Amino acid sequence: MADAKPRVKVPSSAAAGEAFTIKTLISHDMESGQRKDGDGNPIPRKIINRFTCDFNGTSVIDMTLEGAISANPYIEFDAMIDADGEFTFNWYDDDGSVYSATSAISLA
Amino acid sequence: MTFTRREALVLGAGGLATITLAPAAMAAAFEDAIAAFTGGAAAGEGGIEISAPEIAENGNVVPVEVSAPGAEEIVVFAPGNPAPAVCNVKFGPLAGSQRLSTRIRLAKTQDVTALARMGDGSFVQVARTVKVTVGGCGG
Amino acid sequence: MTLRAKMAAGLAMATALVFAGSAQAEPNIDPNPDVTELVINGEIPITIRAPAPDHLDGALPEIYSGWLYRDASTREMEMDDFENPAMPFVDAGIEAWNAVDGSEGKSCADCHGAIEEGMAGVRAVMPKVNEAGALWSMEDYINDCRVNRMGAEAYDWDKQPMKNITAAIAAQSRGMPVNVAIDGAAAPYWEQGREMYYTRYGKLQLSCASCHQENNNNFIRGDHLSQGQINGFPVYRLKQSALVTIHNRFYGCVRDTQAESFAKGGDELRALELYVASRGNGLSVEGPSVRP
Repeated sequence: MADAKPRVKVPSSAAAGEAFTIKTLISHDMESGQRKDGDGNPIPRKIINRFTCDFNGTSVIDMTLEGAISANPYIEFDAMIDADGEFTFNWYDDDGSVYSATSAISLA
Repeated sequence: MTFTRREALVLGAGGLATITLAPAAMAAAFEDAIAAFTGGAAAGEGGIEISAPEIAENGNVVPVEVSAPGAEEIVVFAPGNPAPAVCNVKFGPLAGSQRLSTRIRLAKTQDVTALARMGDGSFVQVARTVKVTVGGCGG
Repeated sequence: MTLRAKMAAGLAMATALVFAGSAQAEPNIDPNPDVTELVINGEIPITIRAPAPDHLDGALPEIYSGWLYRDASTREMEMDDFENPAMPFVDAGIEAWNAVDGSEGKSCADCHGAIEEGMAGVRAVMPKVNEAGALWSMEDYINDCRVNRMGAEAYDWDKQPMKNITAAIAAQSRGMPVNVAIDGAAAPYWEQGREMYYTRYGKLQLSCASCHQENNNNFIRGDHLSQGQINGFPVYRLKQSALVTIHNRFYGCVRDTQAESFAKGGDELRALELYVASRGNGLSVEGPSVRP
């Protein structure tokens, strides 16, 4: 897939130190490297191998993905904030591409 | 990526199987992966949960949630897959909980396994059986 | 045994084989009475049960969305656009809607306006007879615009750019009742589609009705058979982990009867699409839905 499309759900505000849920999706085939083509040759692996979420430069989660993660990966987790700021989401492709999204949030 | 029906058949159900290892080799790969995570330490029980459907409607997309309050890192394995590793997540200072929900590929019925490294350096482990059925329709 | 009796016996055996396994469930009853509602994003109510359209003449007592036949985890994926794995493709379709393409320097939006306004209700009445009297699917209207108004290349019926835009268009009608016209100019196409629906195809000698009318709520191995409604298309099918078009699904179903299947985008499947859509008149447009 030429251009992976991220999709991120973050609330617009949250209370300091209170957990809330973030949902992320991205379009990607996640070719596992476990399949063979019609001629019996292995299809090379091409997956998103890492996903990170940071808030104002501080880590929320840092995840390593393997070929067993389904195509169009869905990742849901909880975060909290201590200030107004911005979440940064990065998906790292085997081919070196990095797909990014950001989302602003304010303290309630 | 598209395959003809013949290719899809060769590739096996769900397009996952094929480069298969002998069961003994698979079990060894799984044990090695666990040892690599724990450094050989024994993993305890309790304090970690997996939720997943008892029977997956399709093995290509199985929703799985792992949670281990107080964990610094959680790792998930599918020991019945050709490659057992699924994912690893490290929780940072702004994680609102030590929980992760995602969707995974399961080549067959198996015990999906999660381990957590807790704040005190100990390890806990949990497994949950997910049945993967054979669909009726080739389309 | 007469030839006719032999054929009947063979047929009974094939059908018994296909539907063997767990105990037979009663067809044409509510598959999931405990599930009372589907509200997408907490704001789009979806009609998942409706009175059968009159033309069915009792063949189905009530019509059900395929969503009702799914497990809780699959159902949940469709309830939030941030969990529905089809939605990144809808985003891609909306981007394409607003992008200039072709020799005339136009985008879809230049003529039709914002997709939210311009396309609301469109999916609900597709397929539809065009001004020249031919039955057209959504894909035909899109390609007519692309080729004749935009000077752009036609999209392949079953490839990603077409699936993105049809998913984006379907999403604008979610919650609106399916209401395809079956009378007037549409009548002959509808009759053709109806005929196909009840025709047994392939070595397995199965018609659409064999599975989706007479055996809905039964299992084909691991698959819980639905009524085969198409109000949720395009569908994000977990098996392919991709968007699947109506004609792709029809093609696969007929092929699985071990028959030579019909061409995607061909007149036969257009007619079948109209007839099958009409069996769901009254359910909500639900696409892009999530199915196993």
